[in-house]
Amino acid sequence: MSSTDISMTRDVHHVHEEHDEHHHDQNFFEKYIFSLDHKVIAKQYLFMGIFWAFVGGFLSILFRLQLGWPEATFTFLEPILGGWIENGKLNPEFYLALVTMHGTIMVFFVLTAGLSGTFSNFLIPLQIGARDMASGFMNMLSFWVFFIASVIMFWSLFIETGPAAGGWTVYPPLSALPEAIQGSGDGMTMWLISMALFIVSQLLGGVNYITTVINLRTKGMSMTKIPLTIWAFLLTAVLGLLAFPVLLSAALLLIFDRSFGTSFFLSDIYIAGQALSNTGGSAILFQHLFWFLGHPEVYIVILPAMGLVSEVIATNARKPIFGYRAMIGSMVGIAVLSFVVWAHHMFVTGMNPFLGSVFMFLTLIIAVPSAVKVFNWIATIWRGNVRFTAAMLFAIGFVSLFISGGLTGIILGNSALDIQLHDTYFVVAHFHLVMGAAAFFGMFCGVYHWYPKMFGRMMDEKLGYIHFWLTFIAVYLVFMPMHYIGIAGFPRRYYNWTGFETFNIFTDLNTFISLAAIFGFVAQFIFLFNFVYSIFRGRRATENPWHSNTLEWTTPVLPGHGNWPGEIPAVYRWPYDYSKPGAAEDYIPQTVPFSQTQSSNLPNEKDFE
Amino acid sequence: MSTSTTLEAPKSGTWDGGNEPMKASYGKLMMWFFLLSDAFTFGAFLIVYGLTRHAHTPYTGEAEAFTFSTEWWPIPEKVFNAFPGFHGVDLPLAFVALMTMILIFSSVTMVLAVEAGHRMDKKDVEKWLLWTILFGATFLACQAWEWTHFIVGTDEGMLLPDGTTYHGASMAFNQYGPPLFANLFFFITGFHGFHVFIGWTLLIVAFISTVNGVYHKRGHYEMVEKIGLYWHFVDLVWVFVFTFFYLI
Repeated sequence: MSSTDISMTRDVHHVHEEHDEHHHDQNFFEKYIFSLDHKVIAKQYLFMGIFWAFVGGFLSILFRLQLGWPEATFTFLEPILGGWIENGKLNPEFYLALVTMHGTIMVFFVLTAGLSGTFSNFLIPLQIGARDMASGFMNMLSFWVFFIASVIMFWSLFIETGPAAGGWTVYPPLSALPEAIQGSGDGMTMWLISMALFIVSQLLGGVNYITTVINLRTKGMSMTKIPLTIWAFLLTAVLGLLAFPVLLSAALLLIFDRSFGTSFFLSDIYIAGQALSNTGGSAILFQHLFWFLGHPEVYIVILPAMGLVSEVIATNARKPIFGYRAMIGSMVGIAVLSFVVWAHHMFVTGMNPFLGSVFMFLTLIIAVPSAVKVFNWIATIWRGNVRFTAAMLFAIGFVSLFISGGLTGIILGNSALDIQLHDTYFVVAHFHLVMGAAAFFGMFCGVYHWYPKMFGRMMDEKLGYIHFWLTFIAVYLVFMPMHYIGIAGFPRRYYNWTGFETFNIFTDLNTFISLAAIFGFVAQFIFLFNFVYSIFRGRRATENPWHSNTLEWTTPVLPGHGNWPGEIPAVYRWPYDYSKPGAAEDYIPQTVPFSQTQSSNLPNEKDFE
Repeated sequence: MSTSTTLEAPKSGTWDGGNEPMKASYGKLMMWFFLLSDAFTFGAFLIVYGLTRHAHTPYTGEAEAFTFSTEWWPIPEKVFNAFPGFHGVDLPLAFVALMTMILIFSSVTMVLAVEAGHRMDKKDVEKWLLWTILFGATFLACQAWEWTHFIVGTDEGMLLPDGTTYHGASMAFNQYGPPLFANLFFFITGFHGFHVFIGWTLLIVAFISTVNGVYHKRGHYEMVEKIGLYWHFVDLVWVFVFTFFYLI
């Protein structure tokens, strides 16, 4: 690697001077906009992710208003929503657009691009000891294609017929027929174009992540010495690489059905008594293609969070991660299983019950590697010398949410129980806990923990605690009652349930959930303030504020382009030598050879001295 | 830390870092992973083809008595039996066999170009790239003819219940069978043709660069090798498309 001679900052303590005397003479655009530096690209992803998270959260507040106060009038929203408020009532089709866009934005633009885009880009080169990604140019391209996808998706929110409204799963025939609802018109077209670009961006990023992990590890950084974050990002990229192309196929076929008169997903449809000419297609086929992506997608969302949490828990419990190899094995297990369970989203589509039981069996097996991970996290914390940093709180919160949401997953995985629970708020509560809120907690945990390396300053811990507790409480207040009304049969995606006598007893509960949701959303502004304020005014960070072992903390406070001034450090040990008996300090960085730690070496490590 | 690195050497096995464990540059690895994902895209299309065809009624009568009907999936040999210059002659799959041969030949010349690149033989790389470009262009031209013939249709066409005859194919209706037969034909061969076109464009760029001596100055012809990987992949996909659409 020494042959890749990239110029670096000489004086790490005077970061601002370095801007003036940089060897490349990069102008503003090269440095901050079309940057090839993985750290800048990671921050770009992070800023976009935070922006999208607030948009997505705001949309959810709008439809929670409708669900919480179905009789109320929302005239005060007219300045924001304009024509979507009719006589003080939220337009029902706009309600559908809101849930659709909330799902799309949160799943793809925040928890896929914002989460793995940020942390894969930031941490892979830093933690494996590389100057940058394998191809900086493709990395930049990946972000800008994502940016264009974002612009199109955002733009679709403002067109006259509204954004896509067929649900984030965009099932045909609803999404295929512009005549069906307004939201299947231009909004849907823009959704498909945006998602096609998004997939291209993911593939550009994904091949880069995988290749970087394989080819650019520093000397000594074997696959069993890389931090669990890197394993998580690697497997996430593999999942994306294999799952997203299938969504691309489905999207392209859907585009043809919508715009070029093909019948891939359409058959025997009447609109207002008129038969459409489309014949022979199958709407279920789309669901198979969609969920072949859609299920791995939830692991694309949760695996990076698991990786970040593993790292943060080990660092802050001051203990080696419990079962390092079991952690890798369980992630590989989850990744493999994620491709063979997709039909559990389709139990009630009329599939053969025998096939249903096969998918049920495979689905329930995922509980095994998931439980292995949960027990390992708990065992890592167990009797650890725990430091409750904001990042650690979010990591523990993640484990809590993952358990709560995971347990209901076992219930939902039963094809018989699913007949009752399908498309109810029970499902909504389940996946919001296990992949929505949990992945968000993983993201927060990552931001609080790696903020010093990103911006050279610390985030405020006290605000972090407040943010954590408010968010943690709000999440449970929102989603625990939701399970309850879900079991009662309350269906999701309904604009109005006041017409059903059965559900009227849940009015108060719905109002309560909406209040909790608003409470939780408002709490996020504490984070936003903390995040922005700390960039400029935060306490200055040291090189290794958390006394962590991994390679990124051996770089200067603000690493320049190329990450390490001078040679890339070599690696001698795994990243989890915390509180090793006999060691001088309670952490031994990966760059310390065994010959320097003879007092703490284990018998089997004596050979390496 | 920097002092410690000089004290002892870290481990240096195949997967111990500091090297290329698969003995492939990052560019080639990226191409392999891209092809893996592209294989899933095509795989999804071919699965759509398989399931759609399975959902349609097959033709069960005598092959000699076969007529086009929207009731059943057509026999490919009866659809693809035309050859340019032999109007009205029944030559089942002759033209598509020729197309396949051309594409396979282009793969052979591609291999020769890559091999010439390993020898740093600029003249040979140019020669074999040019042959590959020529075969690629011929394949695309053949596909254009095949599509035109498919769209225009045969003289006989399909006799409709109302007594009229329908010639050729559009997305909504075609003379050969159910609408999805033509939909899938256009979509999948079109998507493959698009891939060939992209590869063909890349080949032209590589040819120009070779002529200008870009790769020679760089010291290796790896770009030709990477495009070669893509080109072989596109050929391989055609073998599957050919099998599904024309043979089965």
